[in-house]
Amino acid sequence: MGGFNLGDLWFVIAAVFWGGFFVLEGFDFGVGMLHSFIGRNDLERRVIVNTIGPVWDGNEVWLIVAGAVLFAAFPGWYATMFSALYLALVLVLVALMARGVSFEYQRKFDDPRWRNSWRWALTIGSALVPLLLGVGLGDLLHGLPINSSHEFTGNFFDLLTPFGLWSGLTLLVLSLLMGATYLTLKTTGEIHARAQKASAAIGAVAVVVTFGFMTWIHVGLSTGFVPKPVEALGLMAVIGAAWAAQAKAEGWAFTAAAVGMAGTVWALFSELYPRVMISSTNSAYNLTIANSASPSYSLKVMTVVAVIFLPLVLVYQAWGYHIFKKRLSVPRVGGDEGEHAASPAEATTPAENQ
Amino acid sequence: MNPLDLARWQFASTSIYHFLFVPVTIGLAFLVALLQTAWYRNGDSTYLRLARFFGSLLLINVAVGVVTGLIQEFEFGMNWSAYSRLVGNVFGGPLAMEGLAAFFLESTFLGIWIFGWNRLSKKAHLACIWLVAAGTMLSAAFIMAANSWMQHPVGYSTNNSTHQPQLTNIWALFTNPVFLWGYTHVVVASLVTGAVIMLGVSAWHLHRKNQVEAFRRTAVISLVVLLPTVAFNLFVGSELGVVEGTYQPMKIAAAEALWTTCDSHCPFSLFQIGGGNNDETPTQILEIPDLLSILATNHVDGTVQGLNNLNAQYQKEYGPGNYIPNVFIQYWSMRVMAYLGTLVFLFALWGAWLLYRHKLDRAKWFLRVAPWVVILPFLINTAGWMLTENGRQPWIVQGLMLTKNGVSSSVSATDIWISLIVFYLVFAVLGVADGWLMIRFGRRSIGDDPLAKLTSEGESPGGGSPGGSSTGSSSDPDAEFDSSHEDEDDLALVY
Repeated sequence: MGGFNLGDLWFVIAAVFWGGFFVLEGFDFGVGMLHSFIGRNDLERRVIVNTIGPVWDGNEVWLIVAGAVLFAAFPGWYATMFSALYLALVLVLVALMARGVSFEYQRKFDDPRWRNSWRWALTIGSALVPLLLGVGLGDLLHGLPINSSHEFTGNFFDLLTPFGLWSGLTLLVLSLLMGATYLTLKTTGEIHARAQKASAAIGAVAVVVTFGFMTWIHVGLSTGFVPKPVEALGLMAVIGAAWAAQAKAEGWAFTAAAVGMAGTVWALFSELYPRVMISSTNSAYNLTIANSASPSYSLKVMTVVAVIFLPLVLVYQAWGYHIFKKRLSVPRVGGDEGEHAASPAEATTPAENQ
Repeated sequence: MNPLDLARWQFASTSIYHFLFVPVTIGLAFLVALLQTAWYRNGDSTYLRLARFFGSLLLINVAVGVVTGLIQEFEFGMNWSAYSRLVGNVFGGPLAMEGLAAFFLESTFLGIWIFGWNRLSKKAHLACIWLVAAGTMLSAAFIMAANSWMQHPVGYSTNNSTHQPQLTNIWALFTNPVFLWGYTHVVVASLVTGAVIMLGVSAWHLHRKNQVEAFRRTAVISLVVLLPTVAFNLFVGSELGVVEGTYQPMKIAAAEALWTTCDSHCPFSLFQIGGGNNDETPTQILEIPDLLSILATNHVDGTVQGLNNLNAQYQKEYGPGNYIPNVFIQYWSMRVMAYLGTLVFLFALWGAWLLYRHKLDRAKWFLRVAPWVVILPFLINTAGWMLTENGRQPWIVQGLMLTKNGVSSSVSATDIWISLIVFYLVFAVLGVADGWLMIRFGRRSIGDDPLAKLTSEGESPGGGSPGGSSTGSSSDPDAEFDSSHEDEDDLALVY
């Protein structure tokens, strides 16, 4: 063998999509989790959710494409991974459904019980997705019981590997860090102040968790003592993000948190390479790029499609962020805008209009 | 039930549920784009309010449509891993393309459209809803290309050593006759669904003399869309029948419960008593001469092969086994689809006649019936999918892989039971919430919408100069709360 082939290219593309998903949805998850705590009333929570309102749906497509990329380019990987993670993915789907619908439905009806139900759907759903997908990705590297025909032979509890759980925790905390730093960039006033405090506190936790993650990859899974550049970069970025959050350098904090998230996800992928899913039963049963990739014609077709559409997607998604780059703040209560927002309740009612 | 039956049940029911929302999204996105275009063209703010009114129905529906679609993508790997492993290199391609080329487009621009009313120029904002509409239709194209490959696999060759079907020609998937006719059928059915909903809602208001001037417009627009689309789809459906009769003769034979080959002038039975896989001699009622030959072959004297003959032929070709799908489901899903489709066509004719006589907004019975007609497209769409998917059985990919060989062997019946119960609970909550919101918002009046007033009163959309958040923009809770303190020192780093 030897040399870089189409299978390797698609492994990199898969890593780009999974990393891209965690970076983009990472802050959406973070904002979703935090909105219940940083927002003290319905109005504040609305403002917080609206910071991701226009973009979260497009971000979530990264997950759909990340899954579809595995299906098309690595059918064997997709098949074994998705059937092995069965019950975990059921939970992921429930969380994604509850959370996805909450954005639209929460503001459709002004009733405290209705609002609170969707509020917690968003909060809990946003926590479960990065946690469970993190467990799943961690398991790929930790290894799962897989037999010679590449079938998973374990049960749900075999998925709860210590390293998998730690990976889930890491991605959860990094999502929180991204969400908090994102909010410092997108809000003003009290929400902004609370987001700043939260990002500083989460930053410290993130450093510990990420350090544990990177160490575990090397010491626990004995992949060698020298960290790869992407891992060093990931950890440095999280440290940088924590420091910048303390220093209230908001743009740097968010950027560094994003790099830290990408570095963490890519650390998993780079340690996996050239395997894609490790068998804890016997290393001869490992799924690898070579034994799970699609034949070259399929990969060539997909390469052409990706080369055309990925840059296009990046351009119009970036345009979307550009349009909504302004900070959001809670409309002042009373004063010259009183007729529009006399009370929080009133200010939220017109939301029903769409 | 064994894991195979459970997995089939799960896929069938979650797909049917998902497809309650898909055609509404495709149909309403197009119609809302039309309304917004009318506003853009002639500046009449009634069209803007109508676009926002039906836009809110679209969004309520999209929310559930999108999240139930996630299940579909995951289910192939979760429940059908053997299938995914074998044909992922062909079938996965269109799914990945759907995400990259269509779903990104739809989702990104939908977000911009929802929040962009005051942020974009009218023209750019209009372009957004058209991109959403195009995205939904493009999305359906890729999914249908993948599904059509399961009905009539093309563009592949079988690897001699691994016996795996391998993609050799991607274009073949998009020129597959089953795809061309099937995709047309689905998109046009979606437009019918959207039009029937818009007509039903408009009629409900017209019947109550509520905002007659506005809802007369949407009643007319939806009728103008409905009549040609439903008529066209009766034709497309019958052509699709001929295409399927060519590649999947078993599907057509089962839809007619035709056990022995009919050489020519085959009649079509309107009803039958009895029937099913264990009753080869049901009582046929009201047989229409030649119609089956016409439907299956386009010729009055065409030959239609019978189930037993086909089964014998398949046994010779693929080995021992039973290759006959569930005949009862096949027979009746075909009829439910065709009869109710015809009923919608007659309803559209009725409306067109009233429109022609200028009596549409006063026709008491038509306006009273129209909201109930909304149920029909959902029954028709569901029956259509049951016809198509049940008729493919026992194959998961026609002639290439049996359904029973595609299921995940590592997933137990307990796993699937858990997922079924969980999904159904979520579906029940989402379904009730969606239905309730659709009715609630469908019954609202248009125009008590501050943003619509604001935008139509001539405030230039897209003005949004920094720091210039007007008093108006804070009454614009739908879009977002603008900041009055610009504090963007670090923003440049991020964007």
